[in-house]
Amino acid sequence: MRKAFWIAVALIGGFAVGGVALLRGETINAMWIVAAAVCVYALGYRFYSAWVAARVLAVDELRATPAVRLNNGRDFVPTHRWIVFGHHFAAIAGPGPLIGPTLAAQFGYLPGTLWILAGAVLGGCVQDMTILFMSTRRNGRSLGQMARDELGPVGGFAAILGTLTIMIILIAVLGLVVVNAMKHSPWATSTVFATIPIAVLIGLYLRNLRPGRVLEASLIGLALLLLAVAGGGLLNEHETLRAWFDFDGPALAWFVIGYGFIAAVLPVWLLLAPRDYLSTFLKLGTVLLLAIAVVLMRPELKMPAVTQFIDGTGPIFGGSLFPFVFITIACGAVSGFHALVASGTTPKLIGNEADVRLIGYGSMMLESGVAVMAMIAATLLDPGVFFAINSAPGVVGATAEAAVETISGWGFPVTVEQMQALAASMGESTLFARTGGAPSLAVGMASIFAGVFGESLLALWYHFAIMFEAVFILTTLDAGTRVGRFMLQDALSHVWKPFGETSWYPSVLITSGLVVAGWGYFLYIGVVDPNGGINILWPLFGIANQLLAGIALCVATGILVKQGKLRYAWVTGAPLAWLAVITTSATWEKVLSSDVRVGFLAAADQMAQRLADSALTPEQATVAPQLIFNQRLDAALALLLTAILWIVIADMLRVSWRVVKGLPVPPSSEAPAVRVAEVQT
Amino acid sequence: MRPTAALKNAIAQAWRALRALSADDAYDRYLAHHVRQHADRPPMTRREFYVSEQQRKWTGVSRCC
Repeated sequence: MRKAFWIAVALIGGFAVGGVALLRGETINAMWIVAAAVCVYALGYRFYSAWVAARVLAVDELRATPAVRLNNGRDFVPTHRWIVFGHHFAAIAGPGPLIGPTLAAQFGYLPGTLWILAGAVLGGCVQDMTILFMSTRRNGRSLGQMARDELGPVGGFAAILGTLTIMIILIAVLGLVVVNAMKHSPWATSTVFATIPIAVLIGLYLRNLRPGRVLEASLIGLALLLLAVAGGGLLNEHETLRAWFDFDGPALAWFVIGYGFIAAVLPVWLLLAPRDYLSTFLKLGTVLLLAIAVVLMRPELKMPAVTQFIDGTGPIFGGSLFPFVFITIACGAVSGFHALVASGTTPKLIGNEADVRLIGYGSMMLESGVAVMAMIAATLLDPGVFFAINSAPGVVGATAEAAVETISGWGFPVTVEQMQALAASMGESTLFARTGGAPSLAVGMASIFAGVFGESLLALWYHFAIMFEAVFILTTLDAGTRVGRFMLQDALSHVWKPFGETSWYPSVLITSGLVVAGWGYFLYIGVVDPNGGINILWPLFGIANQLLAGIALCVATGILVKQGKLRYAWVTGAPLAWLAVITTSATWEKVLSSDVRVGFLAAADQMAQRLADSALTPEQATVAPQLIFNQRLDAALALLLTAILWIVIADMLRVSWRVVKGLPVPPSSEAPAVRVAEVQT
Repeated sequence: MRPTAALKNAIAQAWRALRALSADDAYDRYLAHHVRQHADRPPMTRREFYVSEQQRKWTGVSRCC
């Protein structure tokens, strides 16, 4: 009976994947993708994750976890596995899996979807589960500490440097996404601004009025957020009020930079913590609602399976299918960042080692499912509309007429009237060149929600989706700046002791300022870049995230080899090899390609040439020196990231070689085994 | 179990899960633990506990991309 069930799942899954890959009509129904995803996840979880947990990791359910041994009622607490699953999923799921697939949809729905499914089941889920397990065995040590303990100081230092770099780039690119969503949109801007006082209000409620009553405070906050969305609509109708919230990109960038600094130095209970409660509720609620709506609506996907842009000429970002689809979709397939969460908070809550399968592998499967939904939301739009929203003026032309002509010329017909009607129905003045992925995702989500719950609320749904993305992104921005600050304080404390004191205000102000200046610089350059900035920053973020995954998989592979499991080392070694290939070839192209839409150096040289020839307009000429410098800096950064990855790989291979040769290696940092029965309760 | 009792039980369980998921019950859990392990010392107040919990929670990487 059981066997028959799994054979049926395999057959349906195979049939659905085949259908997704081979059906070539005008359109394909999203349910094909949903069915393929559900079956792939079910098979991956039931068979592969079970095998990895039992054979490779040798999960021992009778061995006491740190939560059981070190239970202190606070951070070390044995917790029910579904509760930990919820916490862990809320921690790993950010805006990444929503944005990456939206951008990668320029290649068509097929390449991205296949990578999301295969990458998650064989790579991302395995990474998350393995690191979670290894950190649990080491009392919840962080990835950086594990790298240092198990590989040596070189690996440890590289892990920390990689983490700091990815943090800076991640925050910059997310800031850019928010800025692009708010640009000249009073409704979106006022709603996003309103989330700040709402969060502060909830923060005061949670500390002073009714301390720690998270549920009721969150419900009040959610009601206020929905009011803010509706209120933004009313404000949008009012001529004077409207003008107060109508900003251009650079002004909004300065606002986000200032906000990031203030949020990083304020006490956490005032802004960061309450915002996070609200964003977690919104996140879980909206993801659930979206899944239900997709199944109810069963939309047709209008994007072709594969577009002509796989040759590298895509308007959203330059670069061919290989390696750039694998770089663009990091979160949702393999996300190195998860290794930081999986080695820290979550291991301290795990009540039984056997739970790492559900929590590590399962949460990542769900996150991958979110990425699949984002892909559906992007590809159900008319391709012409999708490209009109997501293409920068530097690529398709600065006016609406020029843009529709270019895009229609690619074989994706769209008209100015169509775009105007769409913008009007979404309560926006224009949807042309709203790069960054958030507006097109919001249009897609609004179409899905309105298709199921009624067409009349389209504009409300659109701004709800924008608010939802912004709340998420600003939480990541606050939390990331804070983590960056702690890492910098830790690093600087080796230079001068007082810098390490996390509550000493001069140190807090200086280090927060440095971190904000770091991402603020990339954000500002991205905003003034006529090609939209996303095309530069997102690939850099993808490379950084895959680099971090590479480091995590190196640590995992090294530990497996040290435990005498060389024959299973491919479980983490194969995804590692694949990530090394894609990050290295992506870096190679981003640095050396002679195509100015791909190569940083070629673009810098071309702009320098045009500046020298006075071929630029006065406005272009004023920002040109900054853009030229930035492209060269980006090239150096990409090289640095890839060099870090290869140093860690070399270190892991060195340790593995010594194990095979029987030479001494750093001892295992696993905590001594204690049986569950021996722990006093 | 009678159907109404079963329903009541299910609702109570869902409510407990929701409270645990949102950390609404963090202070109750802390108090229970404190009474068991450190009954000699006075526990933190609700407010002290909440603020110190936030401080602890936001000192490491707890949110992702």
